[in-house]
Amino acid sequence: MAKELLKGNYAVVKGAILAGCRNYFGYPITPASEIAEAAAYYMPLVGGTFIQAESEVAAINMLYGAVSGGIRSMTASSSPGISLKQEGISYAAGAELPIVVVDIVRGGPGLGNIAPEQSDYNQIVKGGGHGNYKNIVLAPNSAQEMCDLTMLAFDLAFKYRNPAFILSDGFIGQMMEPVEFPEPRTDFPREDWALYGDAESKKNLISSIYLDPDELEEHNRKLQRKYQEIEENEVRYEEYHLDDAKFVLMGYGIVSRMLRSAVDTLRKEGLKVGMLRPLTLFPFPKKQIKELADRGAAFFVSEMSNGQMVDDVRLATELKVPVYFYGRMGGNVPTTEALIEQIKIYYQKS
Amino acid sequence: MAKLAFTKSKAFYDQYFRNPNPDKKSTHYCPGCGHGNVHKFIAEALEDFEVVDRSIIISPVGCSVFAYYYFDTGNIQAAHGRAAAVATGIKRTHPHSIVISYQGDGDLAAIGTAELIHAANRGENITIIFINNAIYGMTGGQMAPTTLIGQRTTTTPRGRDVHNEGFPIRVCEMLNSLEAPVYLERVSLHDTKHRAKARMAVRKAIKNQIDGKGFSLVEVLSPCPSGWKMDPVDSIKWIEQEMTKVFPLGVFRDKSKEVESFHFEKPQLPADQITDALGLSQLKVQHFEQSKPEEKYRNPGIKAAGFGGQGILLLGVALAQAGMLEGYQVSWIPSYGPEMRGGTANCHVHISEQPIGSPLVAFPDVLIAMNRPSLERFQNDVKEGGLIIYDSSLIDIEPSRQDVEIMPIPATRMADELGNTRIANMVVLGAYIGYTNALNKETVLATLDTIISRKRLIDINRQAIEKGYEFGYEMKQKASGK
Repeated sequence: MAKELLKGNYAVVKGAILAGCRNYFGYPITPASEIAEAAAYYMPLVGGTFIQAESEVAAINMLYGAVSGGIRSMTASSSPGISLKQEGISYAAGAELPIVVVDIVRGGPGLGNIAPEQSDYNQIVKGGGHGNYKNIVLAPNSAQEMCDLTMLAFDLAFKYRNPAFILSDGFIGQMMEPVEFPEPRTDFPREDWALYGDAESKKNLISSIYLDPDELEEHNRKLQRKYQEIEENEVRYEEYHLDDAKFVLMGYGIVSRMLRSAVDTLRKEGLKVGMLRPLTLFPFPKKQIKELADRGAAFFVSEMSNGQMVDDVRLATELKVPVYFYGRMGGNVPTTEALIEQIKIYYQKS
Repeated sequence: MAKLAFTKSKAFYDQYFRNPNPDKKSTHYCPGCGHGNVHKFIAEALEDFEVVDRSIIISPVGCSVFAYYYFDTGNIQAAHGRAAAVATGIKRTHPHSIVISYQGDGDLAAIGTAELIHAANRGENITIIFINNAIYGMTGGQMAPTTLIGQRTTTTPRGRDVHNEGFPIRVCEMLNSLEAPVYLERVSLHDTKHRAKARMAVRKAIKNQIDGKGFSLVEVLSPCPSGWKMDPVDSIKWIEQEMTKVFPLGVFRDKSKEVESFHFEKPQLPADQITDALGLSQLKVQHFEQSKPEEKYRNPGIKAAGFGGQGILLLGVALAQAGMLEGYQVSWIPSYGPEMRGGTANCHVHISEQPIGSPLVAFPDVLIAMNRPSLERFQNDVKEGGLIIYDSSLIDIEPSRQDVEIMPIPATRMADELGNTRIANMVVLGAYIGYTNALNKETVLATLDTIISRKRLIDINRQAIEKGYEFGYEMKQKASGK
């Protein structure tokens, strides 16, 4: 199939529509606005709905209502907007609604700036809203993956009846690359939990209330079993030169591309480095990290944040091996050259 | 044979099985509460209009949080204040469904004000039933946005004081300033006659939705003896004597006869129409021969920079597009972070035989500078042995680098001679490929159909590329001593 050169933010919308998404509710925010703009253009052309909501809060609740109808639907925003949506995301997790949310992360805290950061890891991967819940979180590193992982997000969300996130950044969203699109999906089964406005489905209740403590605990236990199942089945990652690596580079999204280049350069210099890139941040490739740690490999994590994913890497290594960190913030992107310099320092130590 | 004088509506469950209370026949509402009346009006209307099966009721947060115990319809329980947004979502998803958002005064007129106003303003074809009892019942009698002046609640222990809490909000009057709502009426439950009116209002608000008329809201002044700490008899007196003074009853808006019916269509398109709509079927699989540049011009990282309006970003897109057509890996990214300041537009392009790591070009192989600040700023980043191309008709200095190739080109003057200053970008693009052969000219020309949206401009852009190409080719010949 032919390729199209386009921005990651546009690839999200085309991928979503190909995956059967027919509703978009969103509020403008830089650097995610192109997603809303593309949805506004394309949704009506495919029999879908686009609403520019009055607020982030309204958008996530429109999404809650729409997904209650069993139809693939989405919203997108950037960090401060996601903070506002957290209430609705918690409700969707509690009501087990398969919403899909895209976060094009920008600099924070507060108004911060509109440049790319990866500082939403904690608020997306660790929850962010109230309650004992987890989102499925996918981290693309190219325009192609913005399409592919958006499509996967819908499949996983509906498979597990769970909110799924695309955690990306202003960089991947704004970057143009060739994207190859698959055929559209059209046949979707009726969801037995959803409301279709008919006699067959009216028995269904979409709710997150469990007044009785024992019932709520059981509901929570059921959610935890689901998360465990997701951890067992849905871990996705990319390995690069890990076979003989004694020093493992880890990063997700845009940073992983610099790390890959760093591996190429450092390998030429004879350093035994490799890269483990998580495509899923929840579920996290804990087992793979542990195996590498058991082999004695040290870790080097780079993020465009104060170090958020690095905590999960440390936990997964069970603190058996050194885990080094190099981060940039404020919209600064680590260059391949800077990474190589840092890696060399720590490589000597380990 | 005895005949039942009153039967329960079929829109109610026979047994309230979701209620954890052992008594599955009674509601959870307090004696003298108005919710029961209004639930009954809704249920009867749904049954009479034969829409029970396709109805979906949104339960709010407040005393009616458990409305789903009772209605044998589809049910969604919403977050506090968000019922109108949730109603919007499900109604737009299944336009044939009958969606009723049932909300109290705190839910609708305090925490959910934005969702209410904007659902009304979009003219969502939904029905909102708004129970105004001037108090927060569920949480134990705190002030509501509709609490009367001087009314004592647990959070206005000395009575609502306008200096501290402001005035009661009149929802119908407020919404009546909007264009879209079709039907707005305030009714009361304080006596039989008014209850009959309330019943008719609820029916009308539901019928309007069935007929596709648009947004309808019925505000119901409703007793809350528990919250008010009154007995039921005093409660209805208080509505009549106090509440109706602040909240006058009546129809504020009724355009239901004037407006045309409207229903959203949600057609399910076959796969080929979806592909068409996304512009994917138009993408041609074209085969372009890959260029064969000298070793030093292969896999270039290119930075193009200039003033906003010089078409810098488009120049970059053309390079990336042509690279893609020739089967290279490509990336394009506009200026970011600190580089964005200063009114310059930059972009970074990679054209590579290998997968591209960072899409940034911190140290370019090729710098295209279209104004003096760009040349000054970026020339020192260019890799040794790299190439600087600059617009010599706009830049009055020469690059200071001695260890790179340099091609000055009077691109803006050449563009002017062709009749359009704005195609200087394409002159430079042509010159770059003429000089380096990094891409084939035919491929670059083929990108114009995709990247130039105004088709009448394609020809002049083509001329610009040709002109630039000749210039660059001759410069290369000279540089090679040919």
